[in-house]
Amino acid sequence: MTGFVPMSLEQRQKMLETVGLTREQLFAHIPDNLKLKQTEFEGLNKEGISEMEIELKLMDLAAKNANSCEYDSYLGAGLYDHFSPYLPSYLIQRSEFLTAYTPYQPEISQGTLRATFEWQTYMCRLTGMDLVNASMYDGASAAAEAALMAFREKRKAKKVWISAGLNPEYIDTIKTYLHAGGFEYEVGELNADGTACGTYPEAEGYAAFFIQSPNFYGQLEDLDSFVEAAHAQKALATAVMDPLALTMLATPGDKGVDIVVGEAQPLGVPVSFGGPALGYMGCTEKLMRKMPGRIVGRTEDKDGNDVYVLTLQAREQHIRRDRATSNICTSQQLIATLSNIHMALMGRDGLLEAAEQSAAKAIYLQKKLIETGLFKAKYEGPFFREFALVPQGFDLNELNHKLLDKKIIGGLVLEENGEQNWLLAVTEKKTKAKLDRFVEAVVELAK
Amino acid sequence: MLFGKEELVFDLPENEAPIRLMAECDVEKPDFKAYYGEDRVRHLPLNLPNLSEPQVARHYTNMSARNFGNDNGPYLLGSCTMKYNPKLHEKLASLAGFTSTHPYQADETVQGNLQLYYELEKQLCDVCGMDAFTFQPAAGAHGELTGIMLIKAYHEDHGHPERNIMLIPDSAHGTNPASAVMAGFKVVEVASAENGQVDIEDMRSKIEKHRDQLAGLMLTNPNTLGIFEEQVDAMTTMVHDAGGLIYYDGANINAILMQVRPGDMGFDVVHLNVHKSFSTPHGGGGPGAGPVGVKECLVPYLPKPRVLKKDDKYALEYNLPKSIGKVRAFTGSFLVCLKTYCYILGNGAEGLKNASEGAVANANYIFRRIKDRFKVPHDNPVMHEFVISGDWQKEKGCSTMDMAKRMIDYGMHPPTVYFPLIVHEAMMFEPTETETKENLDLVADTMLKIADEVENNPEVVQSAPHNTPVGRPDEVKAAREPILKYPEK
Amino acid sequence: MAEFKNDRKYSKSHEWILVEGDVATLGISDFAQSELGDLVYCEAEETGSELETGDIFGSIESVKAASDLYMPVSGEIIETNEELEDSPENMNSDPYGSWIVKIKLSDPSELDELLDADAYKAMCEEA
Repeated sequence: MTGFVPMSLEQRQKMLETVGLTREQLFAHIPDNLKLKQTEFEGLNKEGISEMEIELKLMDLAAKNANSCEYDSYLGAGLYDHFSPYLPSYLIQRSEFLTAYTPYQPEISQGTLRATFEWQTYMCRLTGMDLVNASMYDGASAAAEAALMAFREKRKAKKVWISAGLNPEYIDTIKTYLHAGGFEYEVGELNADGTACGTYPEAEGYAAFFIQSPNFYGQLEDLDSFVEAAHAQKALATAVMDPLALTMLATPGDKGVDIVVGEAQPLGVPVSFGGPALGYMGCTEKLMRKMPGRIVGRTEDKDGNDVYVLTLQAREQHIRRDRATSNICTSQQLIATLSNIHMALMGRDGLLEAAEQSAAKAIYLQKKLIETGLFKAKYEGPFFREFALVPQGFDLNELNHKLLDKKIIGGLVLEENGEQNWLLAVTEKKTKAKLDRFVEAVVELAK
Repeated sequence: MLFGKEELVFDLPENEAPIRLMAECDVEKPDFKAYYGEDRVRHLPLNLPNLSEPQVARHYTNMSARNFGNDNGPYLLGSCTMKYNPKLHEKLASLAGFTSTHPYQADETVQGNLQLYYELEKQLCDVCGMDAFTFQPAAGAHGELTGIMLIKAYHEDHGHPERNIMLIPDSAHGTNPASAVMAGFKVVEVASAENGQVDIEDMRSKIEKHRDQLAGLMLTNPNTLGIFEEQVDAMTTMVHDAGGLIYYDGANINAILMQVRPGDMGFDVVHLNVHKSFSTPHGGGGPGAGPVGVKECLVPYLPKPRVLKKDDKYALEYNLPKSIGKVRAFTGSFLVCLKTYCYILGNGAEGLKNASEGAVANANYIFRRIKDRFKVPHDNPVMHEFVISGDWQKEKGCSTMDMAKRMIDYGMHPPTVYFPLIVHEAMMFEPTETETKENLDLVADTMLKIADEVENNPEVVQSAPHNTPVGRPDEVKAAREPILKYPEK
Repeated sequence: MAEFKNDRKYSKSHEWILVEGDVATLGISDFAQSELGDLVYCEAEETGSELETGDIFGSIESVKAASDLYMPVSGEIIETNEELEDSPENMNSDPYGSWIVKIKLSDPSELDELLDADAYKAMCEEA
């Protein structure tokens, strides 16, 4: 038994006796036929193990994984292995951040509230949007919530249009939410150039159009024509965007996007097998009260001190119940704080450098791989840190398998219409030497 | 004593000295403006401060000191189960062997992660009396939504899309009706009886009225008043007989771990808030995880992928034709699930049983010590939490909010206030099993003292808290004129 | 003590309605505003919306509560009070002067179903 219950059974019995109770009485009112009699289980140990044994067991499990510190990995597809300095992960281990609840009592929660307000500000400045909420579970569920939000704004519409350039995990998540809520969706088709440009519906009745840029295949979309097309059909222009890419690329705010969502994991959050992630959602001021999730605002106390509080709570489930904007209570507060401190330490120069190096190294690798003659580019347009290649006469799954022996985790293999594509992601953590070694290994093994 | 006068990171002086976090770029950087084109590059100034590491370290250390965490003192928030968070789990969740793995790696390269998910599923099945679990939901409310989406998928698959009525007691958490509406159900509220338990006659009549459209029932047990629904057996039988399925809101499961299991009470689907009963830290509002457990009849509809074991190897199975699909990207909040796994390993069945007994004992102890001084809305045996009303004190000019703020002065986090909605001036206490008797006495003594203060010195209660970095905020101003970001300089 | 004005009618969901010809103005009662507390937001359906009795024509929010507004009778919204967007507190200080929407009545006979000040007052006192 662990030491987290600081009272022996005898102490507990004695304590209860002082208020006229016994241990036996605690559950006496529960019908006996419901009580658990079983004491041996298949998956659950009868007795707990010690801290020492837990540590050894988990170290053993960790050792059964191949990780991107020991392996050279090119996987992305929505989660990216960026550099994170140590300080942010050190600071979020402070108990005051780690072990606090949702800041219901602002007088003793200014730490979490200030950090969240800072994060909202950072995300507003990156995206150019009027407001960003206190974070969402992940990018995919944020996209699904954006669709529901669009239906709240456009109450007569019953469907949304989704570009096929969205991450398939996001499309699947939107579908699940919309099916449950009784809404419809249409998924478009990409152009031959790998973008959604000009493929938008030319009819009304959609609550929102969804696009992703850079899209799943790494291609940049033309936001100007997208926003124009959506607004022409009275639909909300909703974009999935990578906030790190926005240090270099045009912001959704400047382009007139109504709702932006995405995964802020590239801002200092480890890949961690996909979770915890860090979704975000931003919108125009007009949509403020339609937004789901927690939002922190600034006000003052009676002495005129700045105080940060959870605000616009009348949108939320604990007040509106079945008429709430969403059922969300929890956001990803500690992860948002991690990302917030990451941005504070990296600063303007560091974030831009990470983005530029990722792009430069991705461009370098794509060129080198094409020069081998083993691949053609899937699409020709400019990309940020991820690109898709078409192999010329060999099997990518076999190649990935052989690369593992050289401690390399290859790109994601996409199998579409009988064709294989290799989706490769590159971050600032790669060195030229590593990329060259990767190209050599591919040349050697792709035969 | 609080240090650090700068409020926000944007108030700090800009650092002009270079800082070296990353290596120099060793490939050629193209002219990005030419590469992407004028229309696609950023024109909005990138207005983010450059700071030095010492500035950042001090700023956030001082910021954290403005928070009260569970490691600071008793944290009485009812329905939140603020038990101690073991620190070893944090270390283990930061091992590169876990944090630097990608969900699209080949199964053979992530056997450790998959084994963990697989074994955790078996553990939770035993804890809850269920047949399978999914780890995809990212939080309790998300698990709730997923759980009732499974009920919807079941009815659709059985040719009954018209079953769209969800029964929810009026004492339920606000998330229950909100989730039900998101999943396309119509909510029918069931009244509470005098004793604080569900009014079973009202439930019977609602079931009769909606028999052909009944999708199911959402129930938490013990309920939000901290009272065990003693007729749960009869309720689940009634709903099953009418063709409905029953969802268990696991928010309060810390009261009954290894004493009574949702599966044995007749529930078909259950979500767990692992940051409550399984000690993963709440982090000021996430990250959570909301694993969902189901009985055999709902297994085909679970989100994809699932972790299966084939020939001694673990694998992610995506080929699940009846699955509801995905409720988020990838497999779930893996690192949060990892901490849950560690907690269950450390406790075993006996440890979990001791935890629930301790939680119930501690709540009962505080309740009995203070109950004569406060109005008790329902006289029932108390489980892991209890609800009292501040009505008597309100008559003397001190509201429940005033008393909650006064508790802060005595070094503890107040209970949940004004919930459940069916109790006036509600205060809901949940001390958890990880408090010492000394701390339980501190809480009880404090409540008695505050009750005295309301009689003798109400001003000191009304003007609380007195020793916090800031006083009570003007929430009307915050909502009328929302300031949601730091203004641009 | 809440004020109940005799010049208008009331719905059970606490909206007031003041009729002039075939046009009516709608707002919330003094009793409703005092129950909700400090109001922070008011939203109304767009001009031109044709609504049935019982349809939602807007919503109001205080810090700790939110309430939808229901049509006491059927009609078309012909004007909304934009002043309330910036000054929702007017509904607290002057509930009977702060109209939310003006509607064109579809069927004036529906007014007979509504409560007069005395009946509405009795209902509020019972609650």
